Amino acid sequence: MIHRIPPGTRDVLPAEMRELRRLQATLTDVFERYGYGEVATPTIEYDEVLARGDELGAPVAYRFFDADGELLAMRTDMTVPIARLVATRLAGNEPPFRLAYFANAYRAVRPQRGQTREFAQAGVELVGVDAPEGTAEVIEVLSSALDAAGLTRAVIGLGDSDLYRQLLAELDVEEEPRERILALLAAHDLVGLEAEVDALGLSAGPRETLLRLPNMRGGAEVLEDAKEMGGTAVERATQRLAATYEALSRRGVAGRINLDLGLLRDLGYYTGAIVEVYDPALGHVLGGGGRYDELMGRFGRPLPAAGFALHLERVHLAQAEEERIADRRKGGT
Amino acid sequence: MRLGEVSASRAREDGKLKLAVPRGALFGGTLDLLDRIGVDTGALRAESRSLVFDAGNIVVVTMRPSDVPTYVEAGAADVGITGKDVLLEQRDRAVYELLDLRYGACRLVLAARHGDDSLEEAERRLGAMRIATKYPRATERYFQESGRRAEVIEVKGSVELAPLVGLADGIVDLVDTGRTLEENELEVREEITTCTARLVSNRVAHKLRAGEVDELANRMREAIP
Repeated sequence: MIHRIPPGTRDVLPAEMRELRRLQATLTDVFERYGYGEVATPTIEYDEVLARGDELGAPVAYRFFDADGELLAMRTDMTVPIARLVATRLAGNEPPFRLAYFANAYRAVRPQRGQTREFAQAGVELVGVDAPEGTAEVIEVLSSALDAAGLTRAVIGLGDSDLYRQLLAELDVEEEPRERILALLAAHDLVGLEAEVDALGLSAGPRETLLRLPNMRGGAEVLEDAKEMGGTAVERATQRLAATYEALSRRGVAGRINLDLGLLRDLGYYTGAIVEVYDPALGHVLGGGGRYDELMGRFGRPLPAAGFALHLERVHLAQAEEERIADRRKGGT
Repeated sequence: MRLGEVSASRAREDGKLKLAVPRGALFGGTLDLLDRIGVDTGALRAESRSLVFDAGNIVVVTMRPSDVPTYVEAGAADVGITGKDVLLEQRDRAVYELLDLRYGACRLVLAARHGDDSLEEAERRLGAMRIATKYPRATERYFQESGRRAEVIEVKGSVELAPLVGLADGIVDLVDTGRTLEENELEVREEITTCTARLVSNRVAHKLRAGEVDELANRMREAIP
């Protein structure tokens, strides 16, 4: 007889659990060292609370009624519950707040794709510190966490979530094509993007800017190239990125930053800087984050904020793959 | 540790860029393109059961067109070539679509039997058309976008058979010359889109091997007739 478990969930056995716990302890040490205290929130929340986040980017996997007929949902990330916590439980406390978490989150993804509906996240939120220093601090913590996990080759992509939207607004692109273009960008469809941009009938300069941005990624030279493009939106984004990059240089972590003007996160609450984490040993993104300066306002306590979340199981997988590559090298093959 | 259960991805050495190439209808056009950008396709052209080829500064792996997004998304191949029809059907795969390579052009169409009004009849009287296809998700989406309903029947083999024996009122399929349709007394009723070969890239490779990916894309862009 087969006793099933829901699709996109899994059991963890001792050998793997031991390694996951070890990784978690390593990350806890890093978070604590930077003054981030661990919090826990309920796995289930009222649906109306989660709805203040972003249903499109992080679709709810499980919704149900409790005995009183209230609509509940399993959390899709920890950022929204922590925003609620800061606005309510910490209402009497003075910012900034440095909070860390290890928690499972749930999203309605299609399983069997290297994605699961239940997944473990490890992350931090820094609430009450503005850009660029707040952003730089969060990225420094992220960088230290990656080093502590042994992923010394991991790279942090740094981009700006407002850039493309503001650029389209600056070029007076109507709402309908604007939304289509942003959707194509989110789907990484650069062929469709070119067709849609061509249909706008723009002059050569702006057309070139719209088509080049998604491919502009690399070191500090990216900012130089972008400056030559001109325009208010690009200028504002490059200035913000340059300020963050300088703050990161002062903290000694600019070396692993990949500036990326084409970066786009799928969560709608991000404003300004966004980050994504890659390791050369793995084809999947390890995690990400960014600034969400408007989310706290939706909970009635407007405060600047930034954070990141690592996909704990993918970090573990990257560790294993890096070890395998290192072993093979040592073996002289 | 049971890696396979956590994710479908594999360790990637920092060796040569790995390009996934589709066997089948796009194979010839792809080899011609590789020739034009200076990749040695001799071994690929030779009758061989091999699947992995060292072609100078890149490694070429061959597979079914519909498997290309799977390998590229997981990072088992850094870049790949496949048809737009495949990408439409697997649109939730997180891969970069970098370049329209222009060859292998086919039309994705809605077709039905000559002089037969069962499509219209089904929509009017039953509220939904029965459509047989190898592209269930693209079909579903096309009908949704045009405000109609389709009862999509997925088949693996010759789709043309379905309306002939009454499995479906019409089909959605990829059409090259249209001869297969004619031979089966079918005609194009609606053109959904044109599909050509596309260059796709893994998300992480697009960031971490940006120089190599861009160089390959640029060479291909210049080699498009």
